Amino acid sequence: MHGTVKKFAKWQGFLWILPSFLGVMVFYLLPYADVVRRSFLGAVDNRFVGLANYRTIMENPAFLLAVKNTLRFTALCIPLLILLALACAVILYRSKYGGFIKSAFLMPMALPAVSVALVWRLLFHSQGLLNHWLSQFKASEQDWMNTSSAFWILVISYIWKNLGYDIVLWMAGLAGISENIYEAAKVDGAGEWQCFWKITLPNLKPSLYTITVLSFLNSFKVFREAYLVAGDYPHESIYMMQHLFNNWFRSFSFDKMAAAAVTESILLLGLILLLQKAWDGGNEDGRKSI
Amino acid sequence: MEEKVFDLKILNLKKAHLGKAVLWGVLALLAAAALYPVFFLVSGSFMGKDELGDCLGAVVSGKEGYADFPLLPGFPTLSHYVEVFLDSPEFFVMFWNSIKITFGVLAGQLAVGTGAAWGFAKYEFPWKRGFFLIYMILMLLPFQVLMLSDYLILDRLALIDHLWGIILPGIFSTFPVFIMYRFFSEIPDSLLESARLDGAREWQLFLYLALPIGSSGIIAAMVLGFLEYWSLIEQPLTFLKEKSLLPLSVFLPDITSVNQSGMAFAASVVTFFPALMVFLGGQDYLEQGIMAGAVKE
Repeated sequence: MHGTVKKFAKWQGFLWILPSFLGVMVFYLLPYADVVRRSFLGAVDNRFVGLANYRTIMENPAFLLAVKNTLRFTALCIPLLILLALACAVILYRSKYGGFIKSAFLMPMALPAVSVALVWRLLFHSQGLLNHWLSQFKASEQDWMNTSSAFWILVISYIWKNLGYDIVLWMAGLAGISENIYEAAKVDGAGEWQCFWKITLPNLKPSLYTITVLSFLNSFKVFREAYLVAGDYPHESIYMMQHLFNNWFRSFSFDKMAAAAVTESILLLGLILLLQKAWDGGNEDGRKSI
Repeated sequence: MEEKVFDLKILNLKKAHLGKAVLWGVLALLAAAALYPVFFLVSGSFMGKDELGDCLGAVVSGKEGYADFPLLPGFPTLSHYVEVFLDSPEFFVMFWNSIKITFGVLAGQLAVGTGAAWGFAKYEFPWKRGFFLIYMILMLLPFQVLMLSDYLILDRLALIDHLWGIILPGIFSTFPVFIMYRFFSEIPDSLLESARLDGAREWQLFLYLALPIGSSGIIAAMVLGFLEYWSLIEQPLTFLKEKSLLPLSVFLPDITSVNQSGMAFAASVVTFFPALMVFLGGQDYLEQGIMAGAVKE
């Protein structure tokens, strides 16, 4: 009797989590387990087919295109965004007018994707505003969304939408660096550049991991603009994972969807763990050098 | 020799000033570019039909030449807003759907998520780290990965084509739990201990200490949640087939006729307005919420 009471007491704290966890079980964990199961079953007769679904998606040209585009997009956007945001944050951090400019950069976060899509359609149409401005410099006309330029428009959209978010993150990192270090360095005659390379950058390293992960997460949301501007079948340079999932969903290819969802979640988890490991390793080195 | 050093210093200072001015110029330009779409929408929504026709005819109705767009409307009018508010019942329906989805999700997150965040922050129980890891991972997975699971469960619960089918998974999203957890963790344990010594019950600690002290974290999670659910796209497009259930965030009027484009601008501005208010009123909380993600375990 006493034993069971004690056992229960251990779990008392869990009661706070329980309502939330039940919902998470019902809406995420159990259905996800079902998806894992389905990824090994055939589409028609629900027979066990082993890894056949995984083999099918690996040979599927649409899947390979979506993976390639998504990787290319991520590999390009995230370093670009992080560096640009760092530069802006460092400049804005110490200035009086920083707050106003930061607000301007944050504003796109609040702009719903439908509103963005309306502006994009007018800007990037073949007879749209961008071509109008360019025509004044005698540049040739382009149908932006229907050529490979679409990819670059998506890159710019992503940076436009997320710059403020990343600036705030970097500024939080900057705020964590003690002023004393800078003052000591200045007394020793260090210039601004030296301070930046020797103090600011090394101290911002801990922020880098989370900023990378969060920027990565936000990069999936760029699909919203892409979808609203270009629909289900956009130019092939911006055919992303979400387009593919939508199309498979519409044709009830749940076997392929399941295999792709499992593959993608494993890849994502691997990537996040890898980043964390790299970050932890880097951090230890940092500690040793101090 | 000393003079030369002095000269060099002045030269460097001048250079630094020039460099700063250039940097600020670039920043101001970037900020203006970030804000341009907002100006564009607002100014378009006040332009009359004729002016819009002249400016955008090339895009919307196949006129020769290019679209042109002044920064401010020449003859401002409210006619498109009148049209949105008085002549488009479907707009109202969508507006209400957006309100129901957004506030339904936020109210649910408030009811369920705060408790979970508090439990993770201040209580010990077996496998706590494991549970927390599950919450973190779920927060990190994009919609596409969870799309099929979502569909399977909503289908089984007969919630496809039902607003609850969007609201319920949103309520159990683990992102707000994570944000609020960060804020609750900062409440000192000693405070809780002394309250316990004074005879406070556990639920009283939550109600009278956690909620007031952690309120900025709760608001931060709500602000981030509002911006997310107010412009939700993937879920309604996947799980709602019934037109009368769609929220404003997927309302994209056909702009291929000049008649429609004015209304599209006004509708966009009306869609943007609540998000703008939340943004302006909650910017400090928004920033705190963003930062809460940045401090590592």
